[in-house]
Amino acid sequence: MTENYDLFEHDVLVIGAGGAGLRAVISASQAGLNVGLVCKSLLGKAHTVMAEGGVAGALGNLDKKDCWEVHFKDTMKGGQFINNWRIVEIFAKEAPERVLELEQWGAVFDRTPDGLILQRPFGGHTYRRLSHVGDRTGLEIIRTLQDKAVSCGIKTYMEVTFTRLLKDGDRVVGAIGYYRPSGKFIAIKAKAVVLATGGWGRMFKVTSNSWESTGDGVMMAYEAGAELLDMEMVQFHPTGMVWPPGVRGLLVTEGVRGDGGILRNSKGERFMFKPEYMPEMYRGQYAETEEEAHRWLEDKDNNRRPPELLPRDVVARSIYKEVLAGRGSEHGGVYLDITHRGADFIRRKLPSMYDQFYALGGVDITKQPMEVYPTIHYTMGGIRTEPESCATTVPGLYAAGEVAAGLHGANRLGGNSLSDILVFGRRAGDGAAEFAKAASHGSLDERQIEEEMSLMLAPFTCEGKENPYRLTQELQEAMQEGAMIARNEEGLSKCLQTILSLQERAKNLHVDGAREYNPGWHTARDIRYMLKTSEVIVRCALERKESRGAQWRTDYPDRDPEWGKKNLIAGKEGDQVKVSTRPMSEMPPELAKLFEEGK
Amino acid sequence: MALNTAQSKEAGRVPLPINSRKDTWWIKPLLVFLGLSTFGIYATWRAFENRYYSWGPYLSPFYSPFLVIHIGHFAISPALLILPFPLIFRMTCYYYRGAYYRAFFWDPPACAVEEPAARKQYTGESRFPFTIQNLHRFAFYIAVIFIAILAADAIIAFDFNGHFGMGLGTLIMVVNVLLLSFYTFSCHSFRHLIGGALNCYSCSRSGKTRFRIWQRISLANERHMLFAWLSLFTVGFTDLYIRLVSAGIIHDVRFF
Amino acid sequence: MDKVILKVFRGDSNGGTEQDYEVPTFEGMVVLDAIHYIQINLDSTLACRWNCKAAKCGSCSAEINGVPRLMCKTHVSDMAANGRPIVVHPLKTFPVIRDLVTDVSWNYRNSEKIKPLQLAPDAPKPLVMQQMDVDRIQEFRKCIECFLCQTVCHILRNHNVKEQFYGPRQLIKLANLDMHPYDALDRREMIRKEAGVGFCNITKCCTEVCPEHIHITDNGIIPLKERVADEYFDPIQHLIRKLSGADKKKK
Repeated sequence: MTENYDLFEHDVLVIGAGGAGLRAVISASQAGLNVGLVCKSLLGKAHTVMAEGGVAGALGNLDKKDCWEVHFKDTMKGGQFINNWRIVEIFAKEAPERVLELEQWGAVFDRTPDGLILQRPFGGHTYRRLSHVGDRTGLEIIRTLQDKAVSCGIKTYMEVTFTRLLKDGDRVVGAIGYYRPSGKFIAIKAKAVVLATGGWGRMFKVTSNSWESTGDGVMMAYEAGAELLDMEMVQFHPTGMVWPPGVRGLLVTEGVRGDGGILRNSKGERFMFKPEYMPEMYRGQYAETEEEAHRWLEDKDNNRRPPELLPRDVVARSIYKEVLAGRGSEHGGVYLDITHRGADFIRRKLPSMYDQFYALGGVDITKQPMEVYPTIHYTMGGIRTEPESCATTVPGLYAAGEVAAGLHGANRLGGNSLSDILVFGRRAGDGAAEFAKAASHGSLDERQIEEEMSLMLAPFTCEGKENPYRLTQELQEAMQEGAMIARNEEGLSKCLQTILSLQERAKNLHVDGAREYNPGWHTARDIRYMLKTSEVIVRCALERKESRGAQWRTDYPDRDPEWGKKNLIAGKEGDQVKVSTRPMSEMPPELAKLFEEGK
Repeated sequence: MALNTAQSKEAGRVPLPINSRKDTWWIKPLLVFLGLSTFGIYATWRAFENRYYSWGPYLSPFYSPFLVIHIGHFAISPALLILPFPLIFRMTCYYYRGAYYRAFFWDPPACAVEEPAARKQYTGESRFPFTIQNLHRFAFYIAVIFIAILAADAIIAFDFNGHFGMGLGTLIMVVNVLLLSFYTFSCHSFRHLIGGALNCYSCSRSGKTRFRIWQRISLANERHMLFAWLSLFTVGFTDLYIRLVSAGIIHDVRFF
Repeated sequence: MDKVILKVFRGDSNGGTEQDYEVPTFEGMVVLDAIHYIQINLDSTLACRWNCKAAKCGSCSAEINGVPRLMCKTHVSDMAANGRPIVVHPLKTFPVIRDLVTDVSWNYRNSEKIKPLQLAPDAPKPLVMQQMDVDRIQEFRKCIECFLCQTVCHILRNHNVKEQFYGPRQLIKLANLDMHPYDALDRREMIRKEAGVGFCNITKCCTEVCPEHIHITDNGIIPLKERVADEYFDPIQHLIRKLSGADKKKK
């Protein structure tokens, strides 16, 4: 059987149409190249719309003392120093410019009395730094970038899912996938490919991620030979919805805490004040009494931030411990209370949170506290890239946004992901454009294309009886149990065994129906990536025998300074996942000095 | 941007069951139909009746300003000359337009409900005569003049043969003119003219003032429908009250 | 009530039928949960779009009991009152691709025709705008492009004049740009001619179905109609503009 496929050609192909992909498209097309954009859903529906709280950049509109150096320090500390310092430096320096550029393209942020962009405080950020629009900042950013990209005259392939990168020798020269509506195949030839496919939260049961976050991008890169970095680092957002069951895991923005939200356990204690939850690194920088935290709401210069605004990993762990100790709420979470800010304030600053709880949970957050519990939210690990150009270790392949790694280290600060996609989306687009200008098209290997198409079509004719949805559920349960917030050798090993046996069973997947818009078929394809990504996550988590940021090993509860000097690298070797370490380059003195000054 | 979804052709739409709304969507258009029809019939009858329009200091809003024009021996009812103006204001009002397009034209009768006979060609308000709706602002200017006249009438209604007094009729006339003002000044056209047309409020001092007025009008505008119905009711009721008193069917209640 | 019957449209551009599915319910269940239950347990080929499941992306639009709604925001318990089955159909105004998925690309094609924000040459950098100047346009920017307004609008739904009328979504986009304090383009001709604002007869169904509660008609379309009236239907303003020499728009 020979399958037909459509063939298109672009100078630069961008896979993924969230913020990073769109930003990459804009800069590649501004470089004068012919650009194609592939998005898995409709344009403008990518995960970026889910971002709520704001985009971090040291504009200093409210706190004049803010500058890139402080943002740099905050980000390194939040990531517990396994971030790539050069990436963080570029990031902190360029973020403000990228935010302001959005405004030129039509984004309308909330304003200060001076008519500048309003910034809100967030966890781990020393100053008010998050430019925002109520609690729908992500929507504002994706719509702005979408309109800008469309006006650049790019070609968009909507509802097209790519499944494999095509190589010519060492170099990536295109990719193949399929049109969801028709089920037919499509291949695109490109001089350079940018991966901006986002994260992979879908292999966990309680997650704030949508069906798209299956790790297909990171696994395509892995299959193509790219190196992956610190894959064990998966962020648990401290506050996800708990009740009702249908919305379990849905995100509750950190903006709630940024705007004064208080965490309490079932005994009514504001537990974040407990000294045992305060990490050594942050001691003395946060309010120590409830009175001070309360004064901070009105006077941010003379009071310290409330401990609810510690980095996400710290808050998530504290909530986990409270619930474990039997001090949880009715449905197994803790209470997040914002009612003291008044109904007007809440409806103005947190309108979509108000709506979300009112419509989906039957809770009026202006009158009642919310119930929250940690939820899988973000993946700090991913494809290793060069700081300047976002080039991966595979020639012709670039990566930006959540799929790339290095910026966030062991824990991402809220608001840094939106500036990440802007700063490195642009750099990836430029990097790919530069490569494409100097290169000619490679040739597509028909054998690779044939191979991929028959692999994709196999579940239709497979004699086996495995159901892709069941397999997904089993994987989610295994990951939830073995690789969640508290990890240990035994749980992780058991989880790995389950994943490996599921990988075997996945060979017997069977799907019914036609190829046109068949979700069962699509799930059968997703599970392939989810299983492999899970395997890499668990293998790396087993390897890192320490606790750092999002990785909390109950059998190795302390931070190990040795592990602070290297990154975990995962790569493909034959059919095996090879996990190794790579020493980090030393921070240059002028940056290292920043941490000594106590500035 | 070129789109390539393999399915971009405007394929024939799938025939679905005509209307699967099973709720009572028809109540609202029916009420509007009955309300507007009742008022229309009553007002027409009263306009032609040409009597029982005043009693004591009271003058029916249908007959104010009281201008009698004779053609030969035949006196035309002032109401016939007067009523077209408020009628035009209401006919071109953004609220009433939507309401009567729904209740009378069934265009559509309710949301997501099939139109019984979807016309071959629909042009909405983009072709004559419906482009006239765009002149709503001029109807508004006239409506403001009528507010002034009716306000004067309401003040006169305190004058009982030179004595300051107040009857139920006075109260009704005052309430009527208040509700008519709320309706008139919550008008979409006025909201546009006073501030909606500006793009930058903070750029000038007058802009800031206009913003504050625009904000108030916007608040009132949210209740434009409510004021439309209340004032329609009171204007009819004011006339009815004066007619009944004037015809001697009931007696005016005198407060002082 | 521990079970509910869903009548879901199954078919493609050649036609289709309603099919019954029995789905167990739980507290707080939304229609999208029920659709997922069907996909996982009863029929893995049932096609629907969804992404965020939190009413933020606007993907899971469908017609539930005859009314366009987001499936992720519509409670099963509200729709199945008195044990009635829940009828789920694809958006009627757009061609069906399969089951609940429709081809909405017409909307994207029109969106593309709208010129992006063009900043006035004297605009400061960074922009200085007061909250009072942007409140209005921020309301329009809440749009999640679920296209419920487009599907409910009778001009598109019953009269299908897609060549002459862009629909509420694009009018809101135009309102956003036209009211931007620093936009330098005069968009009134486009609003009147290409976008066809005159086709709207302000029956407000778009506002009724908007999941973001944008006052599409009162705050968006009617102001646009008034702006068009300024230019094309108001001889007095025309004269004043002529006399004062302010024939260019803005500020």
